[in-house]
Amino acid sequence: MQRQTLDALLRARDEKRAVVLATRLRDGIEKLIYPYDNIEEKWLIEPVSQVVKSDKSRTVEGPDGEWFLNVFNPPLRLILVGAVHIAQPLARMAGDLGYDVAVIDPREAFASEERFPGVRLVRSWPDEAMAELAPDARTAVVTLTHDPKLDDPALQVALKAPCFYIGSLGSKKTHAARLERLTVAGFDEAALSRIHGPVGLAIGARSPAEIAVSILAEMTARLRT
Amino acid sequence: MSDTFTDDQVLEQAAAWLAGGHKVALATVIETWGSAPRPVGSQLVIRDDTAFTGSVSGGCIEGDVITRALDLMEGDAPEILEYGVSDAMAWEVGLACGGRIRVLIEPVKGV
Repeated sequence: MQRQTLDALLRARDEKRAVVLATRLRDGIEKLIYPYDNIEEKWLIEPVSQVVKSDKSRTVEGPDGEWFLNVFNPPLRLILVGAVHIAQPLARMAGDLGYDVAVIDPREAFASEERFPGVRLVRSWPDEAMAELAPDARTAVVTLTHDPKLDDPALQVALKAPCFYIGSLGSKKTHAARLERLTVAGFDEAALSRIHGPVGLAIGARSPAEIAVSILAEMTARLRT
Repeated sequence: MSDTFTDDQVLEQAAAWLAGGHKVALATVIETWGSAPRPVGSQLVIRDDTAFTGSVSGGCIEGDVITRALDLMEGDAPEILEYGVSDAMAWEVGLACGGRIRVLIEPVKGV
């Protein structure tokens, strides 16, 4: 690999921009391809789009030999609504899993730098904050406040987006009430079935850290299986 | 940021080692068959004094990959190695899980 290729890959990661590194295996010749730009080599268009969408690198046979397409997608994102106790271990562990984490909470006492060192904090109302963060297919959204004023507006944005995971903390009773409110707000059963509630895998989690493990395990299952 | 990196920051580690005046090589899983421990695209970075971070398997073939990487660090050409099912009796380097993988090993060149 050329040093300048390495630098370009790191720059793309900093800019949260997808890039595919194509390496010709015979001699190590490299091409950097930015999938949302115009791709000059016509034969690469289809395989590049495929590796970006599937997030799976692979080898392809080109007109001049075998190439390896290594995809570097921007990190997965996790948006947490509610800077509550559970959000603390959840944000930390999600960082280890490679997620770019943002925590939304308009309550400044909760969303403090001291409680969430190094985590992006968005201190506006969830509907505004969610619109600003624009969740996509590589984003998970988890609401943690139990407060309909904060959770519901965030869920309404998440349900209109292609997020790969939506989770809502709360008991079965709380979740049933939540589904009723969202039905009144116009969401049908198919949409509401996207919400994982009660959130997380049933592993008997009790502490905030254990609940974080159960949520991250469920997110991983949704992503990978 | 600290001077150590997580497994997902192999390229950051490569850049940091280069900046520190080291020679560096990169190993990347380019193809897998059957039950392979790490997916295609997984990377291992090797420093000229055998320090390494990241992985291309569950630890089964790293030793051999590091040895090969040290050999080709001075050169230009990449090398492709294939590892298969290991024969424990023969003490061969291989994958105990029964899978097969192809690994690209290349020096990181230039300033």
